[in-house]
Amino acid sequence: MSEGVLHAGAGHAAHHADYLEEPKGLWSWLTTVDHKRIGLMYMWSVLFFFLVGGLFALLIRLELLTPKQTIMDAETYNRVFTLHGAIMTFLVIIPAIPGALGNFALPLLLGAKDVAFPRLNLASLYIYWTGAAMAVATLALGGVDTGWTFYTPYSTTTGGGVSLMVLAAFVLGFSSIFTGVNFIATVHKLRAPGMGWFEMPLFCWGMYATAIIQILATPVLGITLLLIVMERVLGVGIFDPQLGGDPVLFQHFFWFYSHPAVYIMILPAMAVISEVIPTFSKKTIFGYKAIAFSSVAIALLGFLVWAHHMFVAGMSLFAGAIFSFLTFFIAVPSAIKVFNWIATMWRGSISLEAPMLHAISFLLIFTIGGLTGLFLAALSTDVHLHDTYFVVAHFHFVMAGANLIALLAGMHYWWPKMFGRMYNRRLAAIAAGIIFVGFNLTFLPQFVLGSRGMPRRYFNYLPQFQDLHVISTVGSWVLAAGLFLTAAYLLASFRQPKGMPANPWGGRTLEWETTSPPTTHNFEGQPVLQHGPYDYRPEPAPVGVKEMAH
Amino acid sequence: MNWFRNFLLPPGASTHVGEMDGLFMFITLLTVFFFFFNGALIFYAVRRWRRRSEKEVTPHITHDTRLELVWSLIPLIVVMVIFFWGFRGYVKAWVAPNDSMEIIVTGKKWVWEFEYPDGTRTLNDLHVPVNQPVKLVLTAEDVIHSFYIPEFRLKRDAIPGRYTELWFTATRPGIYQVFCTEYCGRGHSDMLARIFVDTPEQYETFLREGDEQVRKMPLKELGRLVWENKGCATCHSLDGTRGQGPSWKGIWNQRHKGADGKEHLVDADYIRQSILMPQAVVVQGFEPIMPTYQGLLREREILAVIEFIKELQ
Ligand code: HEM
Ligand SMILES: [Cu+2]
Repeated sequence: MSEGVLHAGAGHAAHHADYLEEPKGLWSWLTTVDHKRIGLMYMWSVLFFFLVGGLFALLIRLELLTPKQTIMDAETYNRVFTLHGAIMTFLVIIPAIPGALGNFALPLLLGAKDVAFPRLNLASLYIYWTGAAMAVATLALGGVDTGWTFYTPYSTTTGGGVSLMVLAAFVLGFSSIFTGVNFIATVHKLRAPGMGWFEMPLFCWGMYATAIIQILATPVLGITLLLIVMERVLGVGIFDPQLGGDPVLFQHFFWFYSHPAVYIMILPAMAVISEVIPTFSKKTIFGYKAIAFSSVAIALLGFLVWAHHMFVAGMSLFAGAIFSFLTFFIAVPSAIKVFNWIATMWRGSISLEAPMLHAISFLLIFTIGGLTGLFLAALSTDVHLHDTYFVVAHFHFVMAGANLIALLAGMHYWWPKMFGRMYNRRLAAIAAGIIFVGFNLTFLPQFVLGSRGMPRRYFNYLPQFQDLHVISTVGSWVLAAGLFLTAAYLLASFRQPKGMPANPWGGRTLEWETTSPPTTHNFEGQPVLQHGPYDYRPEPAPVGVKEMAH
Repeated sequence: MNWFRNFLLPPGASTHVGEMDGLFMFITLLTVFFFFFNGALIFYAVRRWRRRSEKEVTPHITHDTRLELVWSLIPLIVVMVIFFWGFRGYVKAWVAPNDSMEIIVTGKKWVWEFEYPDGTRTLNDLHVPVNQPVKLVLTAEDVIHSFYIPEFRLKRDAIPGRYTELWFTATRPGIYQVFCTEYCGRGHSDMLARIFVDTPEQYETFLREGDEQVRKMPLKELGRLVWENKGCATCHSLDGTRGQGPSWKGIWNQRHKGADGKEHLVDADYIRQSILMPQAVVVQGFEPIMPTYQGLLREREILAVIEFIKELQ
């Protein structure tokens, strides 16, 4: 990577206390309504649970090193993979980018003082903590062994803390809804003067599209989860055929939320990438409108494809055909975005700082993640691949790969803005490489395991699958090494003095026009938009001139 | 390309293989192509346009409608081709031919039970004749299971309170692995079965006398086989560790305390009764969860289990 000079930005505001310093004390943090502080608290919480979920993942991979029992028994294994999945989905990936980066950056990017409803924002964090505490408390009730999908009637008949876990997910849903409501209002109402919808940075479009899904889909999950609790606690027969219920109904309800939820996970990732690539290519984004509209298209189409998770669950031929057909339509906007990002790099002035390296990782990993979705969207191939390691690999490519790597890209991008400090950029570049290699080593073999017939959620497996499992387990250690290295140099950055200029990367969006870190109210007075978000022309045309606004 | 397919997919053995493998390889090549295509574009861009000075000026290119149309339409066409291709295979695998032989398959924690047209029942081993369309009618007793035969490229959920269907014509005699692919608890990964694709003669013999292997095997060995294959192993260990049911190690000639408070001598009669009427005596401290094996084991197999347990001292 280049050790080029970082941009010297607008003057230091060393005399103004920044939002990290003022007001002081733990209490001031716990009662803050500052979106930046709330964002940071979300970030540390999410990272903590990422560590916990990640340790569970390492245990899972270690157990799978040998075909029979390695370090734990089957019942423990089932609890470990359930906890891993539930923590990673509900406590890490869904809140990660909106809760941490969205809260921190969205108002700054819009030139606003805060989100529209600051208190609601703080409430969403407390609700998140409550839900998280409930999820952890299930351990005291003997854990949960249903898998993160809670399929009935298994989940309504097995023992352990299923009801509590399900209630935890219910509670966490509210935190997600509150964030969504807040972002929608913020985007509508708090854009800086001069910032029309199409002068908004694409990050805001991504957050907006995510928020739509959050508020429309999450209530369905909430109701479904309550129905499980009613069945478990009150014996009302909804899903259990022994009580006159229908187990497949649960799958419809569950995926009606959880398919859109996978877009709650990927749209924010795309939002981050849309910021990072123009900044480090020093070039305007290619196809602004295509990217913005495809986010919204994905959000809306995402509601029409849920049953592609159920092609072998005894649906009718007709239903299968419809859901497969609609699923393919979603693949198209995803492809368009990837081409737009690459076109943005084309003829740019590319600097391979850590955020950009992670963005390039994202592009490559998302390409594989998206294309392997086609195998699962096609009916005949899905019959073979459903519920095998192929599906496991697919969704880790899009969730662990794309989403978490985008989180890393965003954290490295906004780190100097958050803390006024820079991490060791050389180590960051090395870590990005290790993470990319470790990730692929872990998950590429799982595609082959799956297509060769290795089912998912297997404690024991046939010896013929061992070689690929061993590669995958070794990969998980490489991946962990890259992540621990990242944690180390990020934490070490706190030993540096604060001294980052306002605009270290030479970005063109509004957050770079205030100090690093910003003051509590973000800007000195109300910023007015002078040029479009990705305008790198030496003398940018002012906003409102028609030809620039694409 | 054959080596690549053999690397990715198990050898096929049913009439559904052709459709699925063709499409699978098509999408695989597409994925590999676009991965390297995108990778090459990125690599080229990074090499060619790496930032050399902070003063570099880049062209202001906001969009290019023609280019964008191209890269929207090409993916659209490609995915529509994949859709129809996948749909065609699915439809072919949908309706079973009229002359299919029908077998009822019941999944329960953690065994597969098969019932043949003549009433024969087997556990975990399914015998079918080669080149004969076979229709499986699937259901489950407790939770959802899923019946998956990788070599046939087939899978269907077995759902309690419902019937689902699956059909195939096996094209190669041999033994094929069946997996449960819907998570169903502790024994999920041991809920394996095998499909024996027989020549017509082999199949006749099987119907009359049970399978050949079984007929020739010494009792003690057969006992171990029954333990492994008929689901005993999911609950009963051989080394003294406690499972869902009591271990078999050293129980011969011991006295077991039943839930009824009485003591029972573990002898041949007791074992026989435990297999056929498991709820008659339940050993203290265990749940009455064992299913009956009435009609599922041949007389010789029960004898074999008794001999096997005798030896486990
Ligand atoms: C090109 C876009 C995509 C297509 C066509 C696609 C298609 C599919 C299909 C058909 C399935 C069901 C497979 C099965 O269970 O047999 C599936 C599973 C899944 N996909 Fe995707 N997908 C795409 C992108 C994504 C993205 C962006 C995410 C999330 C960030 C995602 C997350 C998941 C998850 C979590 C599952 C499996 C959940 C489970 O069973 O536990 N997918 N995908
Ligand atoms: Cu989906």
